[in-house]
Amino acid sequence: MYRYDEFDAKFVKERTAQFRDQANRRLSGELSEDEFRPLRLMNGLYLQLHAYMLRVAIPYGTLSSKQMRQLAMIAEKWDKGYGHFTTRQNIQYNWIKLEDTADILQALADVEMHAIQTSGNCIRNVTSDHWAGAAADELADPRPVGELIRQWSSLHPEFSFLPRKFKFAITGAPHDRAAVRVHDIGLRLHKNDAGKIGWEVMVGGGQGRTPMIAVTVRDFLPQNELIAYMEAIMRVYNLFGRRDNKYKARIKILVHELGAENFRAEVEAEYARHPAQQTQVEEAELARIAQYFAVPTFEKASQATPVFEAAKRDNAEFARWARNNLAAHHVAGYTIVNISLKPEGGIPGDASAEQMRIMADLAEHHSFDELRVSHAQNIVLPHVKLEDAFAVWKKLNAHDLATANYGLLGDIIACPGLDYCALATARSIPIAQAISRKFSDVAQQENYGPLKINISGCINACGHHHVGHIGILGLDKKGEEFYQITLGGSSSENASIGGILGPGFAAHEVPDAIENILNTYVKLRNTGEEFLATYRRLGPKPFKEALYATT
Amino acid sequence: MSSEAKGQVMTANRLKDGDVVFLTRSGGWSEKIDEATLALEPLAVAALEARASEAVLANLVTGHYLFEATRVDGKIRADHIRERIRTLGPSVRLDLGKQADGTAGAFRPVEG
Ligand code: SF4
Repeated sequence: MYRYDEFDAKFVKERTAQFRDQANRRLSGELSEDEFRPLRLMNGLYLQLHAYMLRVAIPYGTLSSKQMRQLAMIAEKWDKGYGHFTTRQNIQYNWIKLEDTADILQALADVEMHAIQTSGNCIRNVTSDHWAGAAADELADPRPVGELIRQWSSLHPEFSFLPRKFKFAITGAPHDRAAVRVHDIGLRLHKNDAGKIGWEVMVGGGQGRTPMIAVTVRDFLPQNELIAYMEAIMRVYNLFGRRDNKYKARIKILVHELGAENFRAEVEAEYARHPAQQTQVEEAELARIAQYFAVPTFEKASQATPVFEAAKRDNAEFARWARNNLAAHHVAGYTIVNISLKPEGGIPGDASAEQMRIMADLAEHHSFDELRVSHAQNIVLPHVKLEDAFAVWKKLNAHDLATANYGLLGDIIACPGLDYCALATARSIPIAQAISRKFSDVAQQENYGPLKINISGCINACGHHHVGHIGILGLDKKGEEFYQITLGGSSSENASIGGILGPGFAAHEVPDAIENILNTYVKLRNTGEEFLATYRRLGPKPFKEALYATT
Repeated sequence: MSSEAKGQVMTANRLKDGDVVFLTRSGGWSEKIDEATLALEPLAVAALEARASEAVLANLVTGHYLFEATRVDGKIRADHIRERIRTLGPSVRLDLGKQADGTAGAFRPVEG
């Protein structure tokens, strides 16, 4: 289970006390808004459409039951009884008062949490697979290496003034659930023929207004060279990155402008100048960090799972949920439970305080006290015994948490959009709700197969629309909301940016447009072929023709 | 016959709790859009700006700006959907925000 090390705990305590003082000075007028704004942003407090919003960090999306319960308490005591889990694997509260914020930060610090947002042009955060340490296909838990990178970078003076902010994503599995190809640097673990593990290093991905897929600069980097190689990349970026133009300063633009080959050559030349031995990853340091992600003591379960099998036989609803929402665990007899925060017609990612407590209880009793937040705005119980799955489901089902749509059409990602976000150009949530209602039949969703519909309320792309199989971007056309549809995006190991299909749609037209696209897919798919594969085989043409012929 | 007038409303967030407020005729800040002053001509707009700047200096509000609105039969309605949502609350949670606590004014949920 992840916990802060001693350095962090002290730092958080100091920052909380500082913020209390700063907020008081702001309220008394000693500090102006211009002076205070950067301070509150650093502490995760934003001014949004209706009120202040507090964004709480959840490193690696990993939470204990106690922490989840504290999040519930905060929602009830200082907000309006709910919270919103976001695509950044954190939680946002939408109705926070400035005068309460210091108390909330203290409540977070009490359970070793904080709302500190790394800001400025430094290495921001390291995100990873929400199934890390649990997935059957994983070669190794990537989080200790992620944490090593975070600690290395946050202490490194050379990387405090980069041309622009910088984000890492890391996965220890061949199947990419951490969207590593749309980060500044993505790392993916591989095993070579000799059985050794090494990192594939990808650079220059990103979403936002200029979406790009990262290019691979090294196929297989030995782990002990990782930090030295990262330094070489950061040095090349520091040297060549565009500091003159905010919109061209991300490393993706540099990689794009230099070309992948030239960029790689620059990195390799830089790397050759600095012998790797100087900054070899120290095994002892990695081992120290790994302790913070201690592996649970799994029981040696028998291969037979009679309770689970009987429940599936007797209860069709449970069987469907088990089929869609459970994922293979690396320990026999265990499973990964994916709790969908996408009930039919619901608000993607929202959970009530009561639901948070239910999930915390389940984690405590059935998942070694551990929960995860996924970037698809769902909650994961990473280590559940298969024989407990039915009991877990029953409890989830009683609290509207057992929607069996994980990874299907109804599992829609949507940013807060114009209902909450001050930057939005259109609403996202009502579009998600309308689609979710139109396709409420989960059997029909299963027929469509794995599908990612991602919705953003503006070009900042917090709803990851560029990498949705179907992406929806809300825009403002002369004061009216309208929606652009893209097809063919993906954030997995075969990442791609979706292409715009054609003219946009009014809000009420979007669900029918989605139906039209799916009908085309069903008509043209080969047996067993998933939506993305059909789209890649055929391209946009048939979808375009069908969609715009009828509208 | 209904009467209509187009103009601008000054809004901000109250500093201590972030609540959305509107500048009123008496120079105060109200949560209710119907109590807002609708500035119909440039001089009135300038007066709103001056008063809002004073309120910022007095640490009452933050993030002030003007938006376009229309008064219909004595009730004020924001012209753009963004401001309508701001005067009402989230369109996806009618139990929250001004629409729920009775301060939203006469114009009910954002359509769509
Ligand atoms: S994509 Fe735009 S509307 Fe959505 S949360 Fe991000 S900034 Fe707000």
